[in-house]
Amino acid sequence: MITFKSPDDFKKMSKAGKVVKNIHEEIHSIAKVGTNLLELDLIAKKIIDSSGCKSNFFGYRGYPSYICASPNNVIVHGIPTKYSLKDGDILSIDVGAVFEGVHADAAVTYGIGEISSDAEKLLEVTKSALMESIKLVKSGQRLGTIGSLIESIGEKNSYGVVKEYIGHGIGFEMHEDPQVPNYGKKGTGFKLKKGMAICIEPMFNLGTSQTFVDTDGWTVKTKDGSISAHFEHTIGITSEGVEVFTSNDL
Amino acid sequence: MVEKEKNIIKVQGTVKETLPNASFKVELEGGVEILAHVSGKMRMRYIRILPGDVVEMEISPYDPSKGRIIWRHK
Repeated sequence: MITFKSPDDFKKMSKAGKVVKNIHEEIHSIAKVGTNLLELDLIAKKIIDSSGCKSNFFGYRGYPSYICASPNNVIVHGIPTKYSLKDGDILSIDVGAVFEGVHADAAVTYGIGEISSDAEKLLEVTKSALMESIKLVKSGQRLGTIGSLIESIGEKNSYGVVKEYIGHGIGFEMHEDPQVPNYGKKGTGFKLKKGMAICIEPMFNLGTSQTFVDTDGWTVKTKDGSISAHFEHTIGITSEGVEVFTSNDL
Repeated sequence: MVEKEKNIIKVQGTVKETLPNASFKVELEGGVEILAHVSGKMRMRYIRILPGDVVEMEISPYDPSKGRIIWRHK
């Protein structure tokens, strides 16, 4: 179901977005060689509990944690475990929050210690795919144009563009319509309107685009074991224009 | 968190009847009969499908009465 948010709703989304941004900043500063993923989950729990927000990850379809911590070949939905970060790892963190019924969701990937130049480039390109696609968001824009841009950036760099997982509308639930795929045909697809909010989340793999779900029923990994990057922001089309709720450097 | 693309459902069924243009009436486990056509990949390889074959199909949630046959089981 597509929902339209009022200016008040967007204020709440902004608050949830700030909390999400906060959590990302804290986790980024703590995540180092030797840090284990459970510690990072605890940080998210603490910040959410003390911010007047609730977690939209914990308990979602049975999900057991507050964040998704996805290292290296894990694309998304990595359940935080006792795994300790190693030098050269890349780590994706995905976290969300709900403030007074309105949701926000964002993800970021960064390197731990010294990472390879291939990994560095993967992170840069995936992040730029998100940033460039955000520039296209406006009332009247078609999702196929956005998806087409993301797909072309990924393919230009010979990365596997994940197609089985997609971005989504967001508002009174974490996952709403429309589906926001990272591929598409320019000029086609769903038309965005004022009052809508979407999460764009490109996922690029160094190798194949094929994914599989591990035995825990959640962790999504690359089929060939290659590393994967994931970036996501919550973007709203408000009466004042386009606002990225989970970032303040835009 | 990331949404899984949920546009396609995979189902298995038994071919009941052959129709023109590589279409078939396929019966699913629940007794429901749907209209299915052979996928291009299978046509390319000249894979024959006869009544009684067990096949796998992709069905769109937007029209569950039609399917696309993607695999014929031995």
